[in-house]
Formats: sequence, structure tokens, C-alpha cells
Amino acid sequence: MTAIANRYEFVYLFDVINGNPNGDPDAGNLPRLDPETNCGLVTDVCLKRKIRNFVSLDKENSPGYAIYMQEKAVLNNQHLKAYEAISLKPEEKKLPKEAEKAQAITRWMCDNFFDVRTFGAVMTTGVNAGQVRGPIQLAFATSIDPVVPLEISITRMAVTTVKEAEAQSGDNRTMGRKHIIPYGLYRAHGFISAKLAERTGFSDADLALFWNALINMFEHDRSAARGEMAARKLIVFKHESAMGNAPAHVLFDAVKIASADANSDSAPRRFTDYRVEIDRAAIPAGVSVQELI
Amino acid sequence: MGYGVKLLVWGERACFTRPEMKVERVSYDVITPSAARGILDAIHWKPAIRWNIDRIHVLKPIRFESIRRNEVGGKVSPASVTKAMKAGSTAGLANYVDEDRQQRAATILRDVAYVIEAHFELTPKAGADDSIGKHLDIFNRRARKGQCFQMPCMGVREFPANFQLLEDGAALPDKHESLLPERDLGWMLHDIDFDRSMTPRFFRAQMSGGVIEVPPWHSEEIKA
Repeated sequence: MTAIANRYEFVYLFDVINGNPNGDPDAGNLPRLDPETNCGLVTDVCLKRKIRNFVSLDKENSPGYAIYMQEKAVLNNQHLKAYEAISLKPEEKKLPKEAEKAQAITRWMCDNFFDVRTFGAVMTTGVNAGQVRGPIQLAFATSIDPVVPLEISITRMAVTTVKEAEAQSGDNRTMGRKHIIPYGLYRAHGFISAKLAERTGFSDADLALFWNALINMFEHDRSAARGEMAARKLIVFKHESAMGNAPAHVLFDAVKIASADANSDSAPRRFTDYRVEIDRAAIPAGVSVQELI
Repeated sequence: MGYGVKLLVWGERACFTRPEMKVERVSYDVITPSAARGILDAIHWKPAIRWNIDRIHVLKPIRFESIRRNEVGGKVSPASVTKAMKAGSTAGLANYVDEDRQQRAATILRDVAYVIEAHFELTPKAGADDSIGKHLDIFNRRARKGQCFQMPCMGVREFPANFQLLEDGAALPDKHESLLPERDLGWMLHDIDFDRSMTPRFFRAQMSGGVIEVPPWHSEEIKA
């Protein structure tokens, strides 16, 4: 597989309706908040998890698309299919040099695991070759406007233990809590380095799969906690050269998100309450803009 | 040093992890010379050159924030990869995140901006066609156009670092007044000595007027 030849940046917009996009373990699973601005946060690793899950569903362990960082629940749903053996050079009589061996191991991991090829992985070989930096780098996603998490109390018409039942003398009810955000539009930034792609063999087919994952991953991540999440916009900046043709921040600044109705005082509650504009005049030469959603 | 460069870098968040608090990460107050070198390396580097950080200008007030994430505790062992390679199958070679989970908090910096003043020197690996002018030109050209080998980061990859070249003679951006008083930042990592089996080397970081003078790599002030 030949690696991608262009550098990319992307702006990814997704929203949540009555759900919790990413819980904060420090705050009793409340949606993550930036304490200074009250804007919502979704960590990079949260999005990467969903990308991995999508790829493992989409590719069902077809050769070259295994996922190294597995979530058990997903793995259990999959039948590990017979795996096409890779044509590895048979072990020669004399052991290869340590560095060569380490490189072969790294190479094999990159060739077989989509997430290693894309996001990188750390392998303890004691040699530098054991550490893979992937071409794709994601930053934290932040909501456009401050979000207000709501605490919703819910009841369950059953209890877990006999003791609890006895204490309630047969009433058998427990109360729980859900934290939701009524609405939040989140903006994430990502970077794809062609030069690192060369080193891991991240190809154009992988890139197409990655875009597909961003577009569709929330469709396969439904749960009671998440509410309704959806990918709304994926704006890709493609540089003509591998090193890039413009600073990333200039490109990101060209994507402006504003309230659709400047006179409205009400809190945004749907995607149509926002207007997304790409200032095409501000995009330097050598960079093309693609709107994948 | 006629061939120094000045690079303005800024970002929303940063984590320059203190080595003594790396499990639940706590950032240094400011960027380390090592992280600054990493940013320059991400824009242009060849085995023929080595970047040296001369000075770090801190432009924004030092503020912290905490964030807790689910992380995995383990690393891939090469032995299990070799086994899988022999078997020709990825079955069983995976890290189950919910079995190997650790929740870790990180105390990170918010809204940072620095000016990195640096120069480079040629290493013994420099060939006949490696001249200082050539590498300086490449760096300046790339930094001016926003080109990079990979997006540079503020300590960790989830916090990207925006950058802009400060041309020769351009005025430095203003520093926040809270940074101007003399401040002792304590012992700080200078860089890792890769020639001596990755020994970390430290220096006493003093900030005066918002500027940290970084002692040269082989000077007496740097202790292993």
C-alpha cells in the first residue's frame, strides 16, 4: 500500500441532543466542561475510540484492519475469522540484528492493525523503532457555545439485592441519575501528516475509511447515555505538498460558526440554529477545500 | 549567532510533564527546552543538524486546569508480536481497554504562547552538501508557509501547537505583566541525553522579565 502524498487538516462538527457525549470521571460522569468558559469538551481519545469501533465493525477483522486497542464488548460480537497469513520471510538461521528485528515487528504491527497505522502505538523493544507515531493527530473537541448539563433523576422498578428489597419492604425501587446536555455543537480539529503516513504505510484507502468513520461513527455508537449524536460537517483541507502549503491555524480560522439568527436570545437547540461559513478567500493557494458532509 | 531563529508558538492547552509526576501528569509552569526542540524538529530536522534552544519568552499568564481520562496501563510486548507473526494471525493480539484501564488526571496549562529563540549546529553526520545556510533557509521557508513534517505539539499530541515565524528584526509580542517579576521556576528538564542511554539533564530555570535563558547543552549549569 502506498502512503498518502498530501498533508490534510480537517474541521469536524458533531452535535448532541439530550445526551452526554463524553463523561468526566473526575466529576461523577458529568459531561466534560471547560471550567473557564463552560463550553463542553470531548477528548481526542473519546473520538479515537469511536473511530476504532467503527473500523472494527466495518471491516470485521478483514486482513490488515485488525484493531489493537480493543473494547471487549465489541470483540465479543465478532467472530474472529480465519486470518490470511502474511507472507513473512521464514526465520533465517542466524538471528537478525536487533534493530532489524524491531523494525520488522513494527512494520508487521502497522501492516496488520488499522489503529497502529493511523494513531500509532508504543511497543517496548528498547529500540526507537518500537514506537510508532501515527499520521493522524486529533485535538480536544470544544462546543461552540457554553453548555448547561442537566441532571435527570430516573427510577428503576427493581432492586439489585434481597437486602435492598427487604429494606424497602417490597417497594423495590431505586433511583438513578443521568446527566445530559440539551444541545451542544462541538468542533474538533485534526491533522494528518503525510510524512508520518509514509512511515506507517497509511494509504489513500485508509484515509477514505477514516473519513467514512468520521461521517458514520455515531450511527453505530447509540446508547442510553449518548442521546442523539450526529456528525454534521466534515471540512477537509488538502495541501498540494506533503509538507503543507499553509499554516493549520489559518485554515481553521477560515471556518466560522455563528448563530444563524443574530437577534435571537434563545439558546441554540438544533443544528439549524447555527450557520457554518467557509471563508474561501482566506484559504491560501495550494490548499483545496472539500466538504465531505 | 547569526543564524538563530525566532518562532512564535501558541496553543489552547499544553502539558510539559514533570518527570517526577508522570503517572498523574503535572505540567511544568512553562515549556521545557526539550519540548521546544521537539517543535522545531517537527518543522525541520535532519540528522545533520541539532537544534539548541537559547531563550524562551513566556507571553501569557501561567494557568492550570485538570482533566481526567481513561488510559491504558500496558504496552505491547515485542515477544507477543513475534509470536503472532509466526502464527500469521492477529488473533489474541489485542489490548483490552476495559481490563487494562487506568484513570489518570493531568494538570495541564491553559492558553499558552511562547517565543522560542534557537539556533542549530551541524553534527558529525553532516555531509559535504550540508551547510548552515541551506538548513536555515529550509526552516525559515517552511515556518513562514506553515509547513511542517508533522503538526508540532505542546508536550503531548492532543494539544497542537500553532506556529509563526518571527522574521529578523520583528518586534517580540508583549508579555503579560504578571510574568515580569523575577521568578525561580526550580529545576527543570533541559533535554534527554540520547548519547548517554537517555539520561535526563536538568537546569535551574529562572524567569526574569518573562524570559528564561537556557544554558548551552554542554555547560556546567546542566546537571544529569
